[in-house]
Amino acid sequence: MEIFGVPTALLGSQLLVGLINGSFYAILSLGLAIIFGLLNIINFAHGAQYMMGAFIAWVALTKFQINYWVALIAAPLLVGLLGVILERTMLRKLYKLDHLYGLLLTFGLALIIEGIFRDQFGISGESYEVPEALSGGIHLGFMFLPLYRAWVVVVSLTVCFGTWFMIEKTRLGAYLRAGTENPQIVQALGINVPLLITFTYGYGVALAAFAGVLAAPVFQVNPLMGSNLIIVVFAVVVIGGMGSILGSIVTGIGLGLVEGLTKVFYPEASAVVVFVIMVIVLLVRPAGLFGKA
Amino acid sequence: MTSAFDPKPEMLRIRDLHAFYGESHILHGIDLHVGRGECITLLGRNGAGRSTTLKSILGLVGRRSGSIMVNGKEVIAEPTHRMARYGIGYVPEERAIFASLSTEENLLLPPQVASGGMSVDELYAMFPNLLERRHSPGTKLSGGEQQMLAMARVLRTGAKLLLLDEITEGLAPVIVKKLGEVITELKARGFTIVLVEQNFRFAAPLADRHYVLEHGEILATISKEELPGRMDWLHHTLGV
Repeated sequence: MEIFGVPTALLGSQLLVGLINGSFYAILSLGLAIIFGLLNIINFAHGAQYMMGAFIAWVALTKFQINYWVALIAAPLLVGLLGVILERTMLRKLYKLDHLYGLLLTFGLALIIEGIFRDQFGISGESYEVPEALSGGIHLGFMFLPLYRAWVVVVSLTVCFGTWFMIEKTRLGAYLRAGTENPQIVQALGINVPLLITFTYGYGVALAAFAGVLAAPVFQVNPLMGSNLIIVVFAVVVIGGMGSILGSIVTGIGLGLVEGLTKVFYPEASAVVVFVIMVIVLLVRPAGLFGKA
Repeated sequence: MTSAFDPKPEMLRIRDLHAFYGESHILHGIDLHVGRGECITLLGRNGAGRSTTLKSILGLVGRRSGSIMVNGKEVIAEPTHRMARYGIGYVPEERAIFASLSTEENLLLPPQVASGGMSVDELYAMFPNLLERRHSPGTKLSGGEQQMLAMARVLRTGAKLLLLDEITEGLAPVIVKKLGEVITELKARGFTIVLVEQNFRFAAPLADRHYVLEHGEILATISKEELPGRMDWLHHTLGV
């Protein structure tokens, strides 16, 4: 069977690839959006923190026989804790300065972290086995659906919408939204904004590491895996609108699918389609699709 | 609940308060006190340092020195978010209603810091418009409704010392009248109030004492009883 002259198996598999990439874009851009919203920091270390999540899972499995499921919880906690230390010791000093200072600091940190991992592990990349419970797949008739990839999509969407729910529908989320608008007044109303900021950065960073663990069995675990991905993720954030929570989720998934479809219909453009969309959005709606002008 | 309010006759005492924004020295040694249940006003022209005095109490200025005693406890070294726990409720000049929160979310945002705060039902009875608009985004409210929401927001927390900055600014006379009634009721309920006002006709009947500021210093302290005899001087000094 064919759709627009393309076999459905090919179309389905490319849409799945798009959905998986979109899931990673969504989790990573969500973390960036939360951090930018409250901290005013463009966290360029996000890709390195994603890579750290994947490497911690790999080291845990190969050196300590700690399985995927434990790593999926422990790696984000560990990287999130490192994020908390980074926020308390360095980022805190930059909040009153221009965005550029935060960007430069986190960019420098990303280079240092990547350099350390290149030095320790080289750049040839390591493979991480799909966990036993999620190996294999299901024949859907028109295509084969690997279980692990389905898991990645489901768990990513769950985490993204869980985070959205937390921000939009809970008291903690109300603190975050109010703190994003006017942190001084939120403090004067008795809310510990410095603690809120630390938590937010830790959570955003933990999201990146969580995505890294999810990615370990899909992509090669490599010190450069974050820097390759983060450029696209920044384009996603710009298209969705800086700081927009729902925008980052919807745009992340949507652009993953657009990229997947481009691979089917015009493969030559698949590497640049996100950036072409970014340019168009910047020209037509500079605040992004979901951003407030 | 904390018991931040072991009764002390003096709710707020400020001694030699200096405040700075960067290199600019804004307050030059403010001294004032407010007894429990009293209402005082800070009067002065624009730039006299009235709003900065309130912000300095809360630690919202760059740097400050001197002494701020709340309910008998020195608090000048405390971080801003702790000040609410000493029973201070702040209504800022710009109202600071959060656009991304509904009216009710704005109302419920500040944590309760002490017992004795007004219930949501009591607040809706005091400000019926807020009940009708409780699901609307905070910034879709009219100016008067936003001001009522900013007031209601701090009354729920159990705060007993209210710092109210220009609450009548830009509001219709009927809303100003309503706010006057609310402050009278709050005084009757035992709240202690520091009022920064341009609208002297609004503030005069409410206050027990007036502090007149100029260039970041207290120029005069006028009690309610002395007020009739100082009206000409006040009009001249304030330019009203």
